[in-house]
Amino acid sequence: MEATTYNYKVVRQFAIMTVVWGIVGMLVGVILAAQLIWPDITFGLEWLSYGRLRPLHTNAVIFAFGGSAMFAVSYYIVQRTCQARLWAEKLAAFTFWGWTLVIVLAAVTLPLGITTSKEYAELEWPIDILITVVWVSYALVFFGTVMKRKTKHIYVSNWFFGAYIIVIAILHLVNSAELPVTFFKSYSAYAGVQDAMVQWWYGHNAVGFFLTTAFLGMMYYFIPKQAGRPIYSYRLSVVHFWSLNFIYMWAGPHHLQYTALPDWAQSLGMVFSLMLLAPSWGGMMNGIMTLSGAWHKLRTDPILKFMVTALSFYGMSTFEGPMMSIKTVNALSHYTEWTIGHVHSGALGWVAMITIGSMYYLIPRLFGRESMFSTKLIEWHFWLSTIGVVLYIAALWIAGVAQGLMWRAANPDGTLTYSFAQVLNNMYPFWGIRLLGGSLFFFGMLIMAWNVWQTTRQGRAVNDAAIPQAVHA
Amino acid sequence: MSDFTSGFWPIYISVITLVSIIGTWVFLKSQTTRKLAPGEKAELMEHTWDGDLQDLNNPLPRWWLGLFNGTLVFAVVYLVLWPGLGNYAGVLGWTSKGEYEAEVKAAEAKFQPIYAKFLGQNIVAVSSDPEALAIGKNLFLTYCSQCHGSDAAGARGFPNLTDKDWLYGGEPDTIVATITDGRAGVMPAMGEALGPDGTKEVANYVLSLSGRPHDAALAAAGQTKFAENCAACHMPDGTGMHALGAPNLTDSVWLYGGSEGAIIETITKGRNGAMPGMSQTMGTTSNKEAKLHLLAAYVYGLGGGTPPAAPAAEAPVADDAAPADAGATEAPAKP
Repeated sequence: MEATTYNYKVVRQFAIMTVVWGIVGMLVGVILAAQLIWPDITFGLEWLSYGRLRPLHTNAVIFAFGGSAMFAVSYYIVQRTCQARLWAEKLAAFTFWGWTLVIVLAAVTLPLGITTSKEYAELEWPIDILITVVWVSYALVFFGTVMKRKTKHIYVSNWFFGAYIIVIAILHLVNSAELPVTFFKSYSAYAGVQDAMVQWWYGHNAVGFFLTTAFLGMMYYFIPKQAGRPIYSYRLSVVHFWSLNFIYMWAGPHHLQYTALPDWAQSLGMVFSLMLLAPSWGGMMNGIMTLSGAWHKLRTDPILKFMVTALSFYGMSTFEGPMMSIKTVNALSHYTEWTIGHVHSGALGWVAMITIGSMYYLIPRLFGRESMFSTKLIEWHFWLSTIGVVLYIAALWIAGVAQGLMWRAANPDGTLTYSFAQVLNNMYPFWGIRLLGGSLFFFGMLIMAWNVWQTTRQGRAVNDAAIPQAVHA
Repeated sequence: MSDFTSGFWPIYISVITLVSIIGTWVFLKSQTTRKLAPGEKAELMEHTWDGDLQDLNNPLPRWWLGLFNGTLVFAVVYLVLWPGLGNYAGVLGWTSKGEYEAEVKAAEAKFQPIYAKFLGQNIVAVSSDPEALAIGKNLFLTYCSQCHGSDAAGARGFPNLTDKDWLYGGEPDTIVATITDGRAGVMPAMGEALGPDGTKEVANYVLSLSGRPHDAALAAAGQTKFAENCAACHMPDGTGMHALGAPNLTDSVWLYGGSEGAIIETITKGRNGAMPGMSQTMGTTSNKEAKLHLLAAYVYGLGGGTPPAAPAAEAPVADDAAPADAGATEAPAKP
């Protein structure tokens, strides 16, 4: 018999865990920021040392917070825009428990120092296999649901989700190719500069597909919904979808400018990164222009504020990224705090803010309510986050440029003007501002948790929501 | 220099790169529609999803197309001028290696006059020249302070360079050799050979050598064991040997700590002290020979330097440093 309801249970599980992992991941980030200023703040415990917490932070915010958010919204959106209940629901339930297990294993193994040492792919080979199994299940559930859709056309969000699911699978399999020597240790299948190139092909596309393509899919559903306006341009969404995905694949070598990577590969990384500017801005524009005719809502609707601010940060960091890929700019910016600032203008400004906005739309609906417990608290959350991000990235811009200039400053006799320690000493004020900015952002997440908790108390968990009568589109 | 393993790959790279750029342009061209007339509204596509999701079909914004095409043109121009298309070197003939070498060469020429006069003086003379010391200090902060500290007073495992105690000797030639080629200070682990009791006895004997509080009975028992196991390097009287970098055990300087516990750990597990050769660390940096010379003079002048033996003091000055570009191989042999 044809299902008459949507599966909201797995969506709700992932949505709640998004908030939980967001708090965990950002708390670790705040601890790390504090460790830069007070290295002994974690009592000299090796498990909580900077080198072990850092991959925990990145894994927690990207794969636990961002990943859970993507599972939640893609399961929600694919059902609602296909007018079909999830295909293979048991598999969908497995993806929740499997993914959560991956996160828990990461939280255990990384502090213990069990790591492949590949950035954003630190988890050891048994966990890599678990990730593969979960991801293939995810792909089956997602594409299975698309296959049984009642609508004729596939909604734009689902194109982005499809691209992200397929590409992440390829990236994970290729980059994690490794030779196990024990249960807890493996070595990469690649060596030397090839390993570096594979790593950054993976690393940059993790940014491109996990943190960009996927979240654009999120944006394409929640912005028109929240604004109550049609998407600005179907044609633009087609063009920027294909060009973004195609060109992103080439940009990885810009992480290896002025290294042992051959010059030709560095050049290609740079020119394709510049070509990525327009496709990135295509998404930003399509989102922002969707608001035309609904600009007045921005005054009163903090959810929309989150979303539009997210797009603004997206546009800013996708301008900054291509500029930083230019060799002469990279010669100054690489290895400095500027890079960390750039990452966070994307990660906090874009990924986190679009996610937070979307969760404020989604969570009440998963508890049978029209809106969150308190709109005023969303407003507070919005301002804390925005001020937090601005402080964070402004501090690291100044710090990074100062760092780059100090490193290259030379005396009339050709010696360096500043020793490494002297440059480091100049970072403290900026690290302080960054800690403040990060803490404000983190505090905003705590407000969100309270608001979500109150919303769940007022509402009732919806496991199955009625599918509206089929409209053939 | 080719980075490719066969002639196929540069062609492969060039073809897919150009096809990608041109293909992107063709795709954009195919999706470019006429501009909306003034007042004309974009068509609303007929699909609807999830109740109310729809899309308009505005044409691609002209400025956006201009931006996109601009980056395509930039890409093509860049790949004509600079390397990118496989083996093709680019019109400008630029390489990152070439750029680096040109910068080093320019620095070599620019700073050579400053360094030349110091390279012509012996270390002792240079070590009292304020201008040389200022340069030496900057070099020290760049290359040495990470381990020996900004004040050169060292840390646990990293020798203090301001005192009179030297593991390998404080003569100018020795300091140059240490800095140029580095040192590997290896003390073998004696824990198994001596056993726990023997280790404790030897440790107490070592404590007695410098007059530190110790258990006299244990020290007496350790004396023969010291003679049998340790004296070969540390000498029978415990004053150490510069040739091997074996520390003097009779003074108050302790590289890894002078408590009974620290000494027992040292004897049991041995020690591996490594100082990297600065000749290698500096790589192809400009005026390297002169920089090593100035660095040695700075360290010598920190206060602990041992004046060279009488004949050496009168020797021609240039003997202190090896000929240019051959630091690693031509440096004076270790004493």
